[in-house]
Amino acid sequence: MSDIFQSPRGIFIAALFIALISALIWAIIYGRRLAKNEVTDLVFGNPQKALGGYHWVISGVATVLLFWLYFSWDAARAFFPNAANELCQVAKVESALIPLRSSFPFEERLLRGTTLLNRDNTQLDILRNRANSNTFDDEQRALLLPLLDRLVALQKGMASPDNFPAEIGDALGGIASRIDAVTAKLAAGELSADQRAELEAAKEGAPKWGEKSPEVPDAPVTERGALFASVAPELTEISSDFVGVRNTSPAFLAEVEALEAELKAIGKEPEVVDDFRKQLNKMLRRIDDGAVFPPGALQPVEQSLAKFHDVQLDQKGSLNLIDAFAMPGGKIVAGNTSCSEQGSGRWLPKPSDTVGTFARMADPDIGFKNIPLLSIKQKPLAEMVGFVVPDWIADLVPGAYPRHDADGTIGENLKSKVLNVATGNFPSVSVPVPTGHIWDSIMRVVTGLFFGILFGVPLGLLMGLSRLAKGFFDPLIELYRPVPPLAWAPLILTIFGIQDDGKIFLLFMVAFAIMVISARTGATGTQLSKIHASHSLGASRWQILRNVILPNSLPEILTGIRISIGVCWGTLVAAEMLAGTTGVGFVENVARKQSDYEVIWITIIILGLLGLMFDLIMRWIINKTIPWRGKG
Amino acid sequence: MSDLIADHVDMTFTMPSGEQVHALKDVSFTLKEGELLSVLGPSGCGKTTLLNLIAGFLRPTGGRFELNGAEIDGPGVERGMVFQQGALFEWLTVAENVDFGLRMKKSPKAENARKVEEWLEIVGLQGFGDTPTYQLSGGMQQRVALARCLINDPDVILMDEPLGALDALTREKMQSLVLKIWKETGKTIMIITHSVEEALLLGERLFVMAPRPGRLHKEYNLPFADMGLQQDLRDVKKLDQFGEVRDEILTMIWNMEEEIMGKSA
Repeated sequence: MSDIFQSPRGIFIAALFIALISALIWAIIYGRRLAKNEVTDLVFGNPQKALGGYHWVISGVATVLLFWLYFSWDAARAFFPNAANELCQVAKVESALIPLRSSFPFEERLLRGTTLLNRDNTQLDILRNRANSNTFDDEQRALLLPLLDRLVALQKGMASPDNFPAEIGDALGGIASRIDAVTAKLAAGELSADQRAELEAAKEGAPKWGEKSPEVPDAPVTERGALFASVAPELTEISSDFVGVRNTSPAFLAEVEALEAELKAIGKEPEVVDDFRKQLNKMLRRIDDGAVFPPGALQPVEQSLAKFHDVQLDQKGSLNLIDAFAMPGGKIVAGNTSCSEQGSGRWLPKPSDTVGTFARMADPDIGFKNIPLLSIKQKPLAEMVGFVVPDWIADLVPGAYPRHDADGTIGENLKSKVLNVATGNFPSVSVPVPTGHIWDSIMRVVTGLFFGILFGVPLGLLMGLSRLAKGFFDPLIELYRPVPPLAWAPLILTIFGIQDDGKIFLLFMVAFAIMVISARTGATGTQLSKIHASHSLGASRWQILRNVILPNSLPEILTGIRISIGVCWGTLVAAEMLAGTTGVGFVENVARKQSDYEVIWITIIILGLLGLMFDLIMRWIINKTIPWRGKG
Repeated sequence: MSDLIADHVDMTFTMPSGEQVHALKDVSFTLKEGELLSVLGPSGCGKTTLLNLIAGFLRPTGGRFELNGAEIDGPGVERGMVFQQGALFEWLTVAENVDFGLRMKKSPKAENARKVEEWLEIVGLQGFGDTPTYQLSGGMQQRVALARCLINDPDVILMDEPLGALDALTREKMQSLVLKIWKETGKTIMIITHSVEEALLLGERLFVMAPRPGRLHKEYNLPFADMGLQQDLRDVKKLDQFGEVRDEILTMIWNMEEEIMGKSA
């Protein structure tokens, strides 16, 4: 536990973890006590009972954070900073043992030889049934069935102790005793002087868990770790030697050869026979690697492995508990070159790392792919003028563009000056402009939404009031609206480009349909008596539209805007994932390709907060502009 | 010359199913300037259709209406309407509702404000100018609707069951208010109601209409409106004469209703 004080981050996370647990316990006790003293209403179902309760908010937030700290192994890292490194060494041992252990019913259900016999029996039975079917005539059957019988005999023969060569038994015994030797070494728990020196050297300046990529430092930094690391290479060797041991007596090999030759001699005609021959050949290939041993032949190896495992657990000691309880939902695994976290430790980033990554990304000079998340940039005013003013305005100016003189200078005339303005090619002051991934996403949504409202609301009102407009535009809108926006995306992005234009148009389509429908509903819902009243008060058609129908439709229109924002936001992120070089969706897509779970989570949180912000703004607008909603 | 004349008016609706409904048949009457007319009848007798025709929201299929010597063709400011639910614009304040007509005419703002004050005082809503209408009670909303209609200075005021949704006490106060406005402005007022008592109190003249097809069944000339200007409406209701006419009309309408039920059975 004294390891906690290795890093300030560890101290902070450990303190946070303990504080959260305390807060959770306090909130529950406090809440229980309040509930006991509650006198207002003891009746179940009274909605009043759901009011208040900030302590439950605390308990909820604390639970979420605790889950995050726990399942991301951030708490484990804070309390046991060396655990991952030690488990990495254990994982090296485990992965060295995989070829050995998988032959025995430790993690598997059956002994590997049993599994193989099972599988081959099923296959051979199927072949026998086929040989006996009327696919073949008697003559063919007389040719094939004896071969099949010999194959079965060969396969079953492997299990017989009578055919088992003594030298193979010796080889297996040798492997068992080598395992025993390693077991003894592990049980002794002694490091050699060399190993100890190596460990001391590795300790110097070794990165801690999560400080560098790869996340889990590879070289052992504790005695326990060094002990496991020291036995791993030997076990790898034993494993590969074990895999090389095959149950192949000379008689077995001779029969394999004979069968091979006879199968070859069958010839390729007719096709059914050839097909059957191929099947027999395949079975022979399976059987001839001699992976089945007589029962009991492997027992010494199995016993040695079991013994080793017991010692391994003993030597792991407290690591067993840390592995099981502090690092839930996954484990440390050893790859060819390095160790890594698997499971929730991997896909759930640690809060302390996430905050760091976010702080790094939030720095405008770093950002993501050289584009900041959100920042302010000085931009010349001329550039914006050039963006807004279309270049062809200059073409409309009478006259011709100036040509260069004999001495190579280029004069100016009105036409070229206008062109300079239209392309933004003139000196001007710079103004601060927001920029970055987040800003790009927001601007796309806002622009698409703006045009959707600009065109959608008038058309919707018109459709609510005119039979002609409704009849004419209804099929158009109803045909394109039900198509999921993303289904349009490939087409729209091809036509309008993968940058802003395509995305804005896609969002415009989304917002437009929603705005038309909501404005139309609003206009249709105007009380006739209000229209009558305004007629009698002398209002013209335009005045009625402006002063009665539009305000009366406002609740529906604002609800439509709120829905549009939500749908646009979702569509935008998906469109940005599809194509483009900026935007929050783009960031997430790149992070996905790199399996960078921290960035993925950061984008998820950014998207959630932005969506919430949009919705809060809309709620505020709705409360401010239509307090009369539903009270008319 | 500013009489309201109905000249052999016929109104037939064609339902979407193709069925023809004869809503009004051969309705003729002349309403002199400054007269107070109430129209009474069982439901479905075409009262509201008659009012909508005069307001110009509908066009008769036969005959014509005349006001100020000109045929009525579409809605107009000279015919003000007051609806059962007020039909106020809930997104506007009381004052903005009242000066709606003036704003549509684009008359000067200062003058509008003065007129609004004046009318709010007449209908008893001084100081409520900046209140949103949805915060008002039903009776107050109806006062706003009255002021909104009267500020436009219409020649005829058409009221479609204006007090139908109010509680009894508010209703009585509003009846006095209508009488007071009638007296003070001298406007021609036509009130549609389904309350016999209200029709008697608020009708110098009273039409009882009959259904299927809707037509004028009987006309009364009554003294109660004038009486109501001088004395308490409750005292007027206690008069023997009031009770007799009320019972007569109730029986008449009851019989009509029974006839309809019999027909449809």
